[in-house]
Amino acid sequence: MTRSVRRTRRMLQLAGAGAAALMALSACSSSSDSAKSTDTSASSGASNAQKLSGTVTVFAAASLKESFTTLQQEFEKQHPGTKVTFNFGGSDTLAASITGGAPADVFAAASPKTMKIVTDKKDAVGTPATFVRNQLEIATVPGNPHKVASLNDLTKSGLKVVLCDKTVPCGAAAQKVLDAGHLKLTPASYEQDVKSALNKVELKEADAAIVYKTDVHAAGDKVQGVEFPESAKAVNDYPITLLKNAPNAEAAKAFIAFVQSPEGQKVLSQAGFLKP
Amino acid sequence: MTSLLEPGAAAGPRTGRPRRRRVGTGSRRGVPLPLLLPGLVALAFLLLPLVALLIRAPWGSLPGQLSSTEVWQALQLSLVSATAATAVSLVLGVPLAWLLARTDFPGRGFVRALVTLPLVLPPVVGGVALLLALGRNGVIGTWLDSWFGITLPFTTTGVVIAESFVAMPFLVISVEGTLRAADPRFEEAATTLGASRFTAFRRVTLPLIAPGIAAGSVLAWARALGEFGATITFAGNFPGRTQTMPLAVYLALQNDPEAAISLSLVLLVVSIAVLAALRDRWMTGA
Repeated sequence: MTRSVRRTRRMLQLAGAGAAALMALSACSSSSDSAKSTDTSASSGASNAQKLSGTVTVFAAASLKESFTTLQQEFEKQHPGTKVTFNFGGSDTLAASITGGAPADVFAAASPKTMKIVTDKKDAVGTPATFVRNQLEIATVPGNPHKVASLNDLTKSGLKVVLCDKTVPCGAAAQKVLDAGHLKLTPASYEQDVKSALNKVELKEADAAIVYKTDVHAAGDKVQGVEFPESAKAVNDYPITLLKNAPNAEAAKAFIAFVQSPEGQKVLSQAGFLKP
Repeated sequence: MTSLLEPGAAAGPRTGRPRRRRVGTGSRRGVPLPLLLPGLVALAFLLLPLVALLIRAPWGSLPGQLSSTEVWQALQLSLVSATAATAVSLVLGVPLAWLLARTDFPGRGFVRALVTLPLVLPPVVGGVALLLALGRNGVIGTWLDSWFGITLPFTTTGVVIAESFVAMPFLVISVEGTLRAADPRFEEAATTLGASRFTAFRRVTLPLIAPGIAAGSVLAWARALGEFGATITFAGNFPGRTQTMPLAVYLALQNDPEAAISLSLVLLVVSIAVLAALRDRWMTGA
């Protein structure tokens, strides 16, 4: 064995191990380098006429991804000089990052329960406002080959159903409707958030999933939605709030107002959300 | 994992290899400050989070939390699937390592690089790739399903596959390194004495590289035990079937941080036990 071969091997080992170490590191740093907002406009006491600037960092539930991205573009158009950045994820995870000190301006959660984590820690300003509501829907593979027409049909044997884990809002809601219908359902998996539950259906690995109406809507023709009446028993309220340590409170307030404005509400209802 | 960084970690027996000159032993008095300070910071950085885990652990409620059936299910599944993944890695990985070390074929360097790809790939990407290949609707999975009725996602087998995918490269690299360091003349001697190449491998090479195989197995086992991304993506999460300890920790963190800390503690203890088992090999400094 020549010396250079040995050296390449060592390099390869080093690279492998180094990459593994990096991977482990990067797994826990996915958010939060986005909040270097230039907070020039705050505290001058002026009102609407004031020119907004800087970055607004919004922590929002994964289910808001499509509609908030649309709202971001509109908002940035209306307020040149501002920039909205998002951290989308499971509401619980986001709440945990916020109470852990993540520099965010706005928190939009998929359930009052997850919002309460933040308000309990006194990390919110004022009382959070419900800005939309979301209802569950069954997502099946396109064409609905297993002819799923009701919640009851999901309990058929041989049908691969995925649910959200009970720890996340969509899973808690699904459990609520199943309990209300006195149905026992053994899923193939409890997924960690609503998007991964939907993905399993999109990839045709699962036959059906209980997700939000808005997610079915966002998936387009990759899944087929089946509404079921029991979903009315577990409608999720989505609260939004300004955060206490917001680096850019003025622009953040404007963004929250924009979400609640008729214009913002139109975008949200087009995505399948219900009015509060 | 970090042990790979140690020079000669995967080298195994040092037959035919020049002994490295020892540098720096005995010069302990003159430690330069620019090295000492960052070094100590690094040490604190690596150990502090683990100490925090110990400090914040809910020791009082620990027995209660660890006696829940879900925890035992997850721990048991973790141990069983990590062991199975190590077995898969051994059965498939050792021959691959041998091919890479002892045969010459065009593009071998490229293949060696490919083998290490799962080390570099984010595990979630690995999970997605596995879904696309072996999922019910995957490139190969479609056939598995329609010919044999086998579907891998959402099964314990799926967990083992996901773990093998990320763990096998560790074994292959380790064994290949050992093979390269081992003297091929022993095998040659065996074959000239009439043994077939496979017999020579079985009776001569395997015993020769046993320490390297053991080290690689432990690395692979540890990596499989900690696997999260590929498992949750490919195998999903169902208690008792696909919910391994890392998944249980992650999901417990969502609404019961104390439980997550307790579970993390268990994994920490298991990891320390693994390191302790390896101490003879890597910590004594050969």
